[in-house]
Amino acid sequence: MIPGMEPHVLILAGGLSYEREVSLRSGRRILDALRAVGLDAVVRDADTALLPSFATERPDAVIIALHGATGEDGSLRGVLDLCGIPYVGPDAQSARVAWDKPSAKALLREAGIPTPDWVALPHDRFSELGASAVLDRIVDRLGLPLMVKPAQGGSGLGAAVVRDAAELPAAMVGCFAYDQTALVERYVPGVDVAVSIVDLGEGPTALPAVEIVPQNGVYDYAARYTAGLTTWHVPARLDEDVAHRVALTAVAAHSALGLRDLSRVDLIVDPDGGAHVLEVNVSPGMTETSLLPMAVGAAGLDLGKVLATLVSRAVSRRSAV
Amino acid sequence: MTGTTLDDYSDRYAQRMRGMMASEIRALFAVTSRPEVVSLAGGAPFVAALPLDAVGEMMAQLGGEQGATTLQYSGGQGDLTLRERICEVMALSGIDASTGASPDDVVVTVGGQQALDLVSRVFLDPGDVVLAEGPSYVGALGVFQAAQADVVHVPIDEDGLIPAALAEALETVARAGKRAKFLYTVPNYQNPGGVTLSSSRRDEILAIAERARLLVVEDDPYGLLGFNGEPMPALRARHRDGVLYVSTFSKTFAPGLRVGWVLAPHAVREKLVIASEAQILCPSMFAQTAIATYFATMPWKEQVKTFRQIYQERRDVLLASLTDLMPAGTHWTRPEGGFYVWLALPEGLNSKEMLPRGIAARVAYVPGTGFYADGSGGSHMRLSYCFPTPDRIREGVRRLASVIEQEMLVRAEFGAAAQPDPSRVTWTSATRFGRPGGHTPAPEVE
Repeated sequence: MIPGMEPHVLILAGGLSYEREVSLRSGRRILDALRAVGLDAVVRDADTALLPSFATERPDAVIIALHGATGEDGSLRGVLDLCGIPYVGPDAQSARVAWDKPSAKALLREAGIPTPDWVALPHDRFSELGASAVLDRIVDRLGLPLMVKPAQGGSGLGAAVVRDAAELPAAMVGCFAYDQTALVERYVPGVDVAVSIVDLGEGPTALPAVEIVPQNGVYDYAARYTAGLTTWHVPARLDEDVAHRVALTAVAAHSALGLRDLSRVDLIVDPDGGAHVLEVNVSPGMTETSLLPMAVGAAGLDLGKVLATLVSRAVSRRSAV
Repeated sequence: MTGTTLDDYSDRYAQRMRGMMASEIRALFAVTSRPEVVSLAGGAPFVAALPLDAVGEMMAQLGGEQGATTLQYSGGQGDLTLRERICEVMALSGIDASTGASPDDVVVTVGGQQALDLVSRVFLDPGDVVLAEGPSYVGALGVFQAAQADVVHVPIDEDGLIPAALAEALETVARAGKRAKFLYTVPNYQNPGGVTLSSSRRDEILAIAERARLLVVEDDPYGLLGFNGEPMPALRARHRDGVLYVSTFSKTFAPGLRVGWVLAPHAVREKLVIASEAQILCPSMFAQTAIATYFATMPWKEQVKTFRQIYQERRDVLLASLTDLMPAGTHWTRPEGGFYVWLALPEGLNSKEMLPRGIAARVAYVPGTGFYADGSGGSHMRLSYCFPTPDRIREGVRRLASVIEQEMLVRAEFGAAAQPDPSRVTWTSATRFGRPGGHTPAPEVE
């Protein structure tokens, strides 16, 4: 990058995950936001043409808008490290831990951050030990209702709430269609909130929490990406002290996982005001109905300017190496 | 403090938009554009087999020398020269002057899809009943949904629509105090069933329809793509007044030009033209001239023969691969033309629920649920052989077989068979009402 010149930003979007379409929409939204603040940016897929393109068009920084494994499991970040190209967001190792929900939950619990009790088991273990016997133990240990979801993945794909033990086998099959490992969690009733964390140079800061109220009670794929099917309250309708606790918990989760720049922490606030972290996303959605852009707007910030700041922080990390 | 749904228009949408929402299936299909995925899902013709240089040269001339005409509006009914060409094409299916076919009664449309939409606009009020094969073309179901019609599926078997089931469906509809406005059918190499209505059944179906004064909408995109011998005479060739004949150049030439047509009795044709003018003013003159010129000056019948050979080879590879690789309990149809095989999964499996496993294994198919108005059909899937090369087809089937085996294993382990699927029943009997349920087709699924 030539000093004084605006950085050339590469936005990676698309990929091969189930969330390809969401990623493409996120990528376009980021492109619009960056161009609106005068940055030079392009969007491209992470495919076999990517690395050769660095020879002719080397970006000053990369924003990874890929959702799913490639974007979030740290592997692509590792490749960018090999190429010496800086990127917005956490490093490969931290991303890998956050991406794997059971690993992330273990780290959060170790740090004293509340997260619902869970069991994570690969499909093979059910095969070896007998599915029905293992499921019985899970219900004995965690009770009902339960939340079943793929250990890795997002957008609510493959996730199901199980209120009756008889529904559990079908939920497991649905989950294993998406991933080899299932995370079964105690279902904590309460208010769904998402807290976006950004670090613009003064340490990780929580943006206003977004409260999620899906029309039909389930925040599934359709509810997430069809405008009109979910009501979002920004800021969330929480008492001031609860909102404060939620923000502190989210920042603590971001820090406990060693993340940087930005993340989105999904939590449940129980009727007593307790905040339980469900998961932390290192490549949060940026679509028209995504939560991070909503929170940025509610904080009175401009998405393009926030991203531009994160880009310049990424570039300076590279310069510092 | 109030929340936002990010949709300030939610109290203003038309009722017909209810139920149209973001779908996981569409999301999963997004990856089929990547070369790593073998897509047995799409219905895209293999246009790379066209003489693209010659077609390109022709197009350049049409835009240049003839630009003053081709870049202008045309009449609402469509260009007369093209309508004459269309009559020549239909004559191959037995629809000629002796059966009352005339360019005067042809309406040119934006693909077969607009033809279906026009027919629906002209004939359907909300709550009207349409009879359609079960399974039926997903794009037609989308049109009937937009028209707020109820669809009653009529089962098919290896010989196409079952006449006794049609009679039964008519009785069911009558008992419900309703009247079926028309029967929608794809008699040749049906989408998605791959089956063809036998000659004797054609007469039976027409006789039943005539007795019930039931209009027949015959959709025939694949009629010229049969692998064995001459095309079978169309329903329209046998009955001039009771059949609306819909077809397209998408499979015999190029879907990118979006040109189709409908041949209708005189009185209906008038209504269709008026409806089309209200909808689109006129079809693209450039596309119409391109097609008329192609069919007048290039060896189009030879080209169709080339397409047939390509598709036949791919059909053979798909069927042989299925025989070699599919687990016991899997069954499929054996199409004699067209693009599709309809595959029944082993008992207890659901093609929609299994799709993510397929995508993870880098193989795509269309779950059978898209082809039923009420979203049943999960026991089946549609496989297309029109676009992937033979090697890719075999690889796709190999991956799919492994996906099915894994799904069987997981379901057996958890004792979680999919809910019994009504489509398994309706294949041989029974009919039911269903309002198409919000799954408009993604273009790549056509």
